[in-house]
Amino acid sequence: MKTLIEKLISTPGPSGYEAQIRTLIRSEIEPYADEITVDALGNLIVRKGSGGKRIMLAAHMDEIGIIATHIDENGFVRFSNLGGVRPLYLPGGRVRFLDGTLGVINTERVTDPKKVPAMEKMFLDVGATSRQDCPVQVGDIAVFERPFSDFGRRLVAKAMDDRVSVAVLIEVLRQIKKTPHELHFVFTVQEEVGVRGATTAAFGIAPDIGVAVDVTGTGDTPKGMKMEVSLGKGPTVKIKDAGVLSDPRVVDWMVTTAQAAKIPYQLEILEYGGTDTRAIQLSRAGVPAGCVSIPCRYIHSPSEMVDLDDVENAVKLLTALLSNPLSGALSNL
Amino acid sequence: MLKIASSQRKLLAKLTDASGVSGDEGAVREIVLKEIRPYADEITVDALGSVLAVRRGSGKKRLRVMVAAHMDEVGFMLTYDDGKGIFRFGVVGGVDPRQLVGKPVWVGEEKIPGVIGSNPIHLTTAAERKRSISLDALRIDVGPKNAARVKVGDRAVFATEYRRIGPSVRAKALDDRVGVCSLIELLKNTPPNIDLLAAFTVQEENGLRGARVAAFSFDPDLALVLDCTPAKDFPAPEGEENTRYNVRLDHGPAIYTADRATLSDPRLIRHFVATAEAENIPYQMRQPGGGGTDAGAIHKQRAGIPSLSISVPARYLHTAASIMRVADWQNTLNLAHAGLSALPADILKQERAH
Repeated sequence: MKTLIEKLISTPGPSGYEAQIRTLIRSEIEPYADEITVDALGNLIVRKGSGGKRIMLAAHMDEIGIIATHIDENGFVRFSNLGGVRPLYLPGGRVRFLDGTLGVINTERVTDPKKVPAMEKMFLDVGATSRQDCPVQVGDIAVFERPFSDFGRRLVAKAMDDRVSVAVLIEVLRQIKKTPHELHFVFTVQEEVGVRGATTAAFGIAPDIGVAVDVTGTGDTPKGMKMEVSLGKGPTVKIKDAGVLSDPRVVDWMVTTAQAAKIPYQLEILEYGGTDTRAIQLSRAGVPAGCVSIPCRYIHSPSEMVDLDDVENAVKLLTALLSNPLSGALSNL
Repeated sequence: MLKIASSQRKLLAKLTDASGVSGDEGAVREIVLKEIRPYADEITVDALGSVLAVRRGSGKKRLRVMVAAHMDEVGFMLTYDDGKGIFRFGVVGGVDPRQLVGKPVWVGEEKIPGVIGSNPIHLTTAAERKRSISLDALRIDVGPKNAARVKVGDRAVFATEYRRIGPSVRAKALDDRVGVCSLIELLKNTPPNIDLLAAFTVQEENGLRGARVAAFSFDPDLALVLDCTPAKDFPAPEGEENTRYNVRLDHGPAIYTADRATLSDPRLIRHFVATAEAENIPYQMRQPGGGGTDAGAIHKQRAGIPSLSISVPARYLHTAASIMRVADWQNTLNLAHAGLSALPADILKQERAH
């Protein structure tokens, strides 16, 4: 599992430019799929089983990044964000463009050290000396450059959001031997810019039930936000975030399954944020949808941290959910 | 190559002088329908008021390409009758209230002249002149004679007539009548390798609403959006390099990679850039960042529609008078036409690159 996560983290996939990460995921899941398609926006859709209820699983394969907006006469690159990039985390960091070009981020002279400079005051230095010898052009895209770190049970990397969930879905796909359902594992694009890939994938699949897998914030860091989720206490069952109220029948299905299988879980109420869950729920005439989240510290920083126990328990929970007939109110769908 | 000659300029003048605030695009729609009738195989006006026109090509394996340009413009709506021809009003779409003081307007279908009045300098204090005036304090004054000819709910637009100034055009609503005019030209000169699904959309300025349902209805293979995008291409203070201009006049059509609403399909970016290079058409990459076009709604319809926007650069958009260069328009029309003519039937089967 660690190796898989590391491989996924090390492959770039900024929103809208997910070709490399899609190729990698495809090679990982090919032996386990009944059918693989790539839709018009680039979502990778993997079907397993047929004839039962159509369940759409979604984990987004894109990550936040930056996009070049201007190359100045001395070869410095101005940029803007692709997804929810926080200026606080930028100066001193490094990025890698899709062609491999490396850059270091710094800022114009700081006049007020108490204030975080705005992104428009920052620039990238890729080692160029003029506009002519700069290998970067307006519109080129880069992701953060930061190695994967193994702390034992805790793992740290950029793009844990949401490659850790991609790893979970790959592992679930490998472990599921038989399913009474028609499962559509979707590795979605463009989540970080507004759950766009899940919107079109859900329309195309027209599922009976939707389950997103994503990371969620935690409340267990010094003077952090108040939130009843901690690292290492199990995957969460989402009750709500800023974009969705999970279907209570889906929540109940997840909770009773976790309890029956003695898998630790936490209930999640996230007061901000949004996930593919919303896009699926609002597709067509509406879809009962929920979300299993992996607790993650320092989301959207170059060093996002997860706990391997949570990751493994998420695999167990999803495998249990998808291997068995639906329970509770969902069985009457 | 298609030519922007006097007949195209006359049509643009007619289009920019027409009033078409979001939700009230009737006058523009009438001009569009009259122009395209002899050329389109099918024309419908959809439930929201967009004009959907189809012109089929003749080749085999034709891609169904939606090309969209929005008919609506930003403007005002009368909200309360203060009596004697004086009306309170709200803005429709993105208008900066600081732009409004003292501007002449046309109200309603009859284009009744009015003015967004303000106190002259004689009657203001020095302190008042330092503050910007809020929308609540502004009124549209049409005078007592015409008071009965306008009513609450009527729309108003900036009263600026089209004017050619050397290499430039000055007009209101270049955003996006220049796109509408280009799309009409494409319908008159449709490349035979595609089925052109032309959408003259409504309600772009208040949230890409017309394009959304138009794309659902057309269900195209891919989409091209023709719009107009603001240029802030002035020298920066203290002689520094201007690094945030969005686009620049005289640099040709602006090809989008990313704005707030859309990440353009990389295959379409590649194709239109390659076309521009091959045909020697000047072009520029729009600076990635904010803003949005109808592509923001189109690409998310149904199971996904690969989309790209190309805009004519223009200064002072969403104000009383915007300025564009005829050459930039000419090059935008040429790029759209050449790109569509050279569109490979298998473009969506190509790798997305990277």
